[in-house]
Amino acid sequence: MSANVVSALPFDWAQYQFMQMALIGIVILAPLFAILGCLVISNQMAFFADAIGHSALTGIALGVLAGLHEPLWAMLVFAVMLAAAIAWLRHQQLAPADAVIGLVMAGTVALGIVLLSRQGGFHRYARYLVGDILTIAPGGVRRVGALAVAALLLLAWQYNRIVLVTLHRPLAASRGVCVWRTELLFTVLIAVSVTLSIEWMGLLVINALLILPAAAARNLARSAAAYVLWALAISLASGIGGVIASYYLSSATGATIVLCAMCLFGVSVVLRR
Amino acid sequence: MSGDAAIRAAQSAAETASTVACGACCTVVQQLGVRIHGRTILENINLHVHCGELLTIIGPNGAGKTTLLRALINDVPHSGRLRFSAIRRGHSVANAVIGYVPQQLDIARSMPLTVTELFAAAAGRRPVFLGVSRRVRATAIQNLEAVEAAQLAERPLGRLSGGELQRVMLALALAPMPDILLLDEPLASVDHAGVAAFYRTVAAVRAQRDMAVIMVSHNLAEAARISTRMVFLNRTIVCEGAPAEVLAHPLVRETFGTLALRGEAT
Repeated sequence: MSANVVSALPFDWAQYQFMQMALIGIVILAPLFAILGCLVISNQMAFFADAIGHSALTGIALGVLAGLHEPLWAMLVFAVMLAAAIAWLRHQQLAPADAVIGLVMAGTVALGIVLLSRQGGFHRYARYLVGDILTIAPGGVRRVGALAVAALLLLAWQYNRIVLVTLHRPLAASRGVCVWRTELLFTVLIAVSVTLSIEWMGLLVINALLILPAAAARNLARSAAAYVLWALAISLASGIGGVIASYYLSSATGATIVLCAMCLFGVSVVLRR
Repeated sequence: MSGDAAIRAAQSAAETASTVACGACCTVVQQLGVRIHGRTILENINLHVHCGELLTIIGPNGAGKTTLLRALINDVPHSGRLRFSAIRRGHSVANAVIGYVPQQLDIARSMPLTVTELFAAAAGRRPVFLGVSRRVRATAIQNLEAVEAAQLAERPLGRLSGGELQRVMLALALAPMPDILLLDEPLASVDHAGVAAFYRTVAAVRAQRDMAVIMVSHNLAEAARISTRMVFLNRTIVCEGAPAEVLAHPLVRETFGTLALRGEAT
């Protein structure tokens, strides 16, 4: 149905199914990443999101070992376990948070590469890291769309609690918020959102969509309402703009989206309040 | 000026305050202990705090003062028993409301969150980015007025001064009105005028609501002037009693030095 809306547009790119699917995909994922990004930036968890994305490789490897045809579920399960492990390690404060993340990331990426390269044919899995938004199939849109909507609802339901925990953990606890449960849920939400879109967009684009719109919005906003609204607008503008621009430039779609977001970030620096 | 000004201040405070407490509702801490990574931070803490009381916790750095407050709000795992009870409409209830004002918060200047949005985030689940409901906004303004900070309602948190932020945190701790108010060195970096405004509000709500206040403080003279009771904490409760008695205790004098007791009072 939404594909019909896109194809009714009077542009030649609107007739191609891969463009329709790419635009629908972006419109589904951009809001999730914008709102998630606002919290990720406030929590200084950009590096964590990156680590979770890289762990997808290990998830694929474990999925292949287990004989799964479709690696998405193995990736999801592994990313959630990893997110929980990092949340636990952070909570234990055994090492500085960024050291814990770096350590876990190096370990899991190495494990993934070793497992996948053992049988040769490593290149077959590379698309999960690079990702290509122009290869989205209608079935994939429904699956990822359903997961994205669920993640968005959960995020909205938890938003205030995550804000309080970000501000001050004991303050959140004094308002009846279970701090570790909120942090775990937030961490798992990042893991699930990053993992489920990795095949579409690749790591580079995911991190750009997560970090850049929220970082730009932070330059423009002084209230939470303006923060999320700006992040949404910038994320949708760079996503849709990037897909269309890449059609005319014949360039890689993901990287074009990142450059659009980067330009908007530059504008926000100039307009900074 | 000779003599121990802090102790004299404490004596007069204790005389005026002893008439307030109703004695029925209270906070009971039994055998509380906290161990973190195998290290004992607190042990064998026993406390009764009645409503209308203002109990100040003093102690050297690393004595576990902040940890004790965090144990009271269940933010650190602890052993022992905690019980909060309060009197509401003539009935004793077990789920007393606790208000908590943390030590000076370190908020990034760019933090996009206004004071009213902070109240909304603490009030319920409706995501703050969808806007603040009229009811929450009205409550926020009403509570900010009580701490002489209504003009801060729409300001971003990161742009407030230390004193302004602490008054906002006090207003937040008073919404909903708590039975027990916990203050963790609320004024360590606040200017003199800010301190006065803050204590005026604490005194007012304590008198009106018959509220129990537990405060961690480094300012012994200020603490002695406003407290009804004092606890000297150093991993466990070393001594407790009227401020004058506690400040006269040899271990307290050894920890803080008689000069500090006298000097800060002037």
